[in-house]
Amino acid sequence: MGRRRAPGPLDYARRWPLRLWVAGVMLFLYLPLASLIAFSFNDSRRTIRWQGFTFGWYGRLASDDALIAAFANSLTIAAMSTVVSVVLGAMAAVALWRFRFPGRSAFDGVITLPIVVPEICMGVAMLVFFGTIAPWPRDLAWPFDLGAIAIAHITFSFPFVTVVVRARLASFNREMEEAARDLGASELRALWDVVLPHMRPALISGALLAFTLSLDDFVITFFTAGPNTVTFPVKIYSMVRFSVTPEVNAASTVLMAITVILTLIGMTLQGTDIAKTEGA
Amino acid sequence: MTRITGGSRAAFWALFAAPAVWMTAFFVVPLSVIWAYSFGRTLGLTQVDVTGTLANYARVFDPVYLWIFAKSLVFAGATTAICLVIGFPYALVMTFASNRAKIGLLLAIMLPFWTNLLVRTYALMAVMRTEGWINDGLGAVGLGPFEMLHTNFAVITGLVYVHLPFIVLPLFSTLDRLDRSLIEASLDLGAGHLRTIFQVVIPIVWPGILSALLLCFIPALGSYLTPDLLGGTDSQMIASVIERQFKRANDWPFGAALSFMLMYLTLAAMAWRALAERRAVLRKAR
Repeated sequence: MGRRRAPGPLDYARRWPLRLWVAGVMLFLYLPLASLIAFSFNDSRRTIRWQGFTFGWYGRLASDDALIAAFANSLTIAAMSTVVSVVLGAMAAVALWRFRFPGRSAFDGVITLPIVVPEICMGVAMLVFFGTIAPWPRDLAWPFDLGAIAIAHITFSFPFVTVVVRARLASFNREMEEAARDLGASELRALWDVVLPHMRPALISGALLAFTLSLDDFVITFFTAGPNTVTFPVKIYSMVRFSVTPEVNAASTVLMAITVILTLIGMTLQGTDIAKTEGA
Repeated sequence: MTRITGGSRAAFWALFAAPAVWMTAFFVVPLSVIWAYSFGRTLGLTQVDVTGTLANYARVFDPVYLWIFAKSLVFAGATTAICLVIGFPYALVMTFASNRAKIGLLLAIMLPFWTNLLVRTYALMAVMRTEGWINDGLGAVGLGPFEMLHTNFAVITGLVYVHLPFIVLPLFSTLDRLDRSLIEASLDLGAGHLRTIFQVVIPIVWPGILSALLLCFIPALGSYLTPDLLGGTDSQMIASVIERQFKRANDWPFGAALSFMLMYLTLAAMAWRALAERRAVLRKAR
């Protein structure tokens, strides 16, 4: 019994050619990212050879005022976009789930469009909209000057929240709400006290999705951002265009770390929350 | 005539009004404006006179732009094909892995997907440039350096890198629903693994594969950042041309026409997918 069992007929995961293939895919996916992170700690201006470990590039980032301002802009926009996206997304999801109304399928179609429309098309539409149709006031105080970008982000984020919340609502037991109504709760009260708690895991994951979508967006922001409203990705883009430098590596690593951490937190939160509501 | 069922009218409007108004104001209106502009003529720097002309669409069929459309379709097609070849075995392993390994493999493919597009593209730039470590390594054994960055090769590599999750996830979800006894039957009856995959698995999950292919093709077709950063002067895709019309060339009506051509292609691909899915359901019902 010391020898390992030979793979069964359907144990594709244990066959070596397939294992090799998966390892190849992993290398392809992670080697570029790993080298990006590694060279952000490299003590040399030229990013080719390893010269020793340093935090110097991160220190330089911290003292780059334009970059810090861009970072603050990104976080502010993401926060604004998340709050509004979750509210709008949840409202649309409940409306589509609860009600049958004329124009329902049209609304359903329009709300899924931002998910499939090419980013570039939405970007230029926003450029024209905020350029000529409804110009965003120019010299507003921070953070109101970020309004145009926030509106664009909400528009492409909240349909994603709707998708997530609708998927969760599908598992809702209607009898619970009917019981609440029978016990005297008003319609809105039943929605608030019975349906909303059921939606909570989806609201959390929707919020994190909206936050990361906003923080990550480049193309649409690129078309709505003005010279004074630069976001972190737009700033990195202008650095990347210029050249490959260790500072860009460090900035990219920071952005990558934030997204990954947020997503992992979201997954754990959602997991425990579902376990709690389902287990109780 | 306006019947609303499922709850009171007040509750409906309380929920429906805000998202509907938002969608109309900030999505339907901007896209309609672009659509209207595509039938217009440039007057000034940001002024467009909507005259109902079709001249902008006629210009799309200029060989220069047709060539760019064709190239974009080829890039997106090649990307999709390569993603399928790379992604199918991965999805197969994922389907038959233990539960824990499944989560690990899923996370492994999703993690780069959550990473910023710009960061991933930049990572590839750093690896592929002439001073990058691929050329460094090749130089050590006496090869190269090869000009990789700013070529069509770099663009397709970048597109594959970015779009791999788009194909692996839907492939996994269709393969996961496959009835395993069919594979066992085929193996019992003496077919080899490869034959089983090509003659049993693939024909059964074909609608799912088709849908995965489109989920990869659609975003690849509209890519802007990847060809912009990794490509050279001759590897422009539609999105780069659209950007130029709006930012540098300042020909909004023509840019609008190009945007809508891209949008029509996207929507056609979506419609085709919906149709193929319905046909598959009908065939199953028969």
